[in-house]
Amino acid sequence: MTLLYTEVEEELRASVRGLLADRSGPDAVLRRAESAAPYDMDLWKTLSREIGVAGLLVPEEYGGAGASAREVAVVLEELGRAVAPVPFLTSSVLATAALLRVGEEDLIQELASGETTAALAVSLAASPYRPLPETVTVTDRGTLDGAVRAVAGADVADVLLVPVGRALYQVAAEHVQVDVAPSLDLTRPIATVTFSDTPGEAIGSLDVREVLSFGAGLLASEQLGVAEWCLEATLAYIKERHQFARPVGSFQAIKHRMADLWLDVVRARAAARNAADLLAAVPYGAAAVEAVEAGELAAAVAKSWCSEVAVRVAEESVQLHGGIGMTWEHPVHLYLKRAKSTEIAFGAPGAHRDALAVLADLPAPV
Amino acid sequence: MTKGTFVALDDKTIRERAAAFLAAGHDPGRRLEFLRARFDAGLAWVHFPEGLGGLGAPRELQNVVEQELARTPQLDTGVQAIGLGMAAPTILAFGTEEQRRRFLRPLWTGEEIWCQLFSEPGAGSDLATLGTRAVRDGDEWVVDGQKVWTSGAHHARWAILVARTDADVPKHRGLTYFVCDMHAPGVEVRPLRQITGEAEFNEVFLTGVRLGDDLRLGEVGDGWRVAQTTLMNERVAIGGAPVRRGGGMVGVVAETWRSRPELRTHDLHQRLLRLWVEAEVTRLAGARLREQLSAGQPGPEGSGMKLSFASLNQALSGLDVEMRGEEGLGYDDWTFRRSDSVDFFGRGPGYRYLRAKGNSIEGGTSEILRNIVAERVLGLPSEPRVDKDVPWKNLPR
Repeated sequence: MTLLYTEVEEELRASVRGLLADRSGPDAVLRRAESAAPYDMDLWKTLSREIGVAGLLVPEEYGGAGASAREVAVVLEELGRAVAPVPFLTSSVLATAALLRVGEEDLIQELASGETTAALAVSLAASPYRPLPETVTVTDRGTLDGAVRAVAGADVADVLLVPVGRALYQVAAEHVQVDVAPSLDLTRPIATVTFSDTPGEAIGSLDVREVLSFGAGLLASEQLGVAEWCLEATLAYIKERHQFARPVGSFQAIKHRMADLWLDVVRARAAARNAADLLAAVPYGAAAVEAVEAGELAAAVAKSWCSEVAVRVAEESVQLHGGIGMTWEHPVHLYLKRAKSTEIAFGAPGAHRDALAVLADLPAPV
Repeated sequence: MTKGTFVALDDKTIRERAAAFLAAGHDPGRRLEFLRARFDAGLAWVHFPEGLGGLGAPRELQNVVEQELARTPQLDTGVQAIGLGMAAPTILAFGTEEQRRRFLRPLWTGEEIWCQLFSEPGAGSDLATLGTRAVRDGDEWVVDGQKVWTSGAHHARWAILVARTDADVPKHRGLTYFVCDMHAPGVEVRPLRQITGEAEFNEVFLTGVRLGDDLRLGEVGDGWRVAQTTLMNERVAIGGAPVRRGGGMVGVVAETWRSRPELRTHDLHQRLLRLWVEAEVTRLAGARLREQLSAGQPGPEGSGMKLSFASLNQALSGLDVEMRGEEGLGYDDWTFRRSDSVDFFGRGPGYRYLRAKGNSIEGGTSEILRNIVAERVLGLPSEPRVDKDVPWKNLPR
């Protein structure tokens, strides 16, 4: 186990980065965000077919790559760096992790190829540390009624996975109503998913909070990618931009802020890597309690730290770009929006810190 | 550092070496002799060359040695900190074979304590401005000047010293690095009482101190480059030590928190959790940096470790005092004393709070370290400098 990247991980990174550079530069992402179809499903199919990202978590016998949270984290870093509008987090991480716990083999195989896309019908803001609000119920006829708000990836999902209590239901997208409203994050819009006497199939029992904790720990790597892009873009800008006959980046007041941001990002990288490493060590289903707790603790540390770092670096990036940072044409706003919305996703930083009261034995006042 | 020539030195062989050393029957009750034997067995610092306390092994295998020999006499890393952390790597990198053999063994065993004669009243962060002169006189150098903030000078046998040997060239180019004999005539050490009440550091006056040319480390005029080695090692030594999860200063505060439920408030809880997270991510970044170093990848993260260590230590020690309420109003002992070293964990919370204020000043201020990160890691341009090409003697002082 290591906090560094393996050679295989670096090769995976290079493939993803190369493809995103060709197909999903900032201008392309911005144009798409303004269109009626913010997700780039062509890009998604290429990522799945050529690099196999959709099946990373899926064991080889189900047609996946048999990789782990470590490789998933590297892909998330790259997708974060590009604010790429693809349903990797929602379908290949969250929905796939849920299905692997349930053991639903057929659908897992379909997701692994990237030909089918799924979304877990929970709010993106759902916290791993509190029960989901029970807004969906099962009728006498066994159909589903109700609605879930702020679901990410629902508008491009072929299948919705709906937790009702401890049961997980599988629902075909054509039977649900998906309403996309304007979202803070242009590159990962959220939608309200409504069920109305909707046929669904119960496919197993799931503790959705485990999946959310897993998602939170890995989302930290996406946040790391967002922060890295912002840091690099800002650095490039303040080396070029002159005021008072000097590069703006030569002023100590700016340099010290950049040094602090760099240090935050260095620590974010270590935290995100640690979470990916420890989550990779926990197989689905039975695992030693200590290993599960170590993964949860690492996820809480990484998500709380990386959330705040991504937001801080994105906000500083806007500020240090000056007027251009406030414009629509400069892509930094896409990163700020992604950073701020992922700060909320799967539990805000404070929720993860609160969880450490138990995980790190730092009890709250009575 | 070169790897072993004949056998690959891995985890297992180091473990065997340690076991063989223990089986040789050195008496742990005779501390000094035990430590000398450990040095001679190459188990002092395994990445040093053979014959100089090491085995030429990868640096990270030192952990294996420490584990295996954990129950034997240990170094006093407090009072020996400057010798181990700064003098030794510099002597290894720039010393002659004779200097390495003369100095490293008693340095490691603690028979000879070291201090660092760098800062001066007029040259702290701007270290290269220093004015202590060394003038050549045959085979000797005659040193005159004043140093300050010299930790442990009162019990040091030797010092690493930077002095000006040429005033006619710009400041960085006229320096030379020496080992200073602290017992030589003309060396006078005066305590400086600190905000903690004790005198851990000193002023050192150097008046006509004669040092043999065999005490010079590196070339004449190359002192700045030699000093860089010391300073980089200093930053790693201060901020880079491995800690276990929840250990170090955060461990002290967390322990009080756990054992004293009556002190807990919601505000303190939120702040403690925040600092616990920061301590954990800082620990992980340090662990990652050490992995990078042992994998041979140069990691610029090193300069940042001391920065984060300083701000964390300060925030945690401040929280510690506040958390204790009434007890935080007291202080363990204001008696003037000449301490051997920093005693974060042997003293009270008030001492820790006050002493931690030095963490962002000693070994490079946090401001200087931010400049280093910005310029050398991030590649940002330096501020315009008026003193760069001016001979030192013409600089305004």
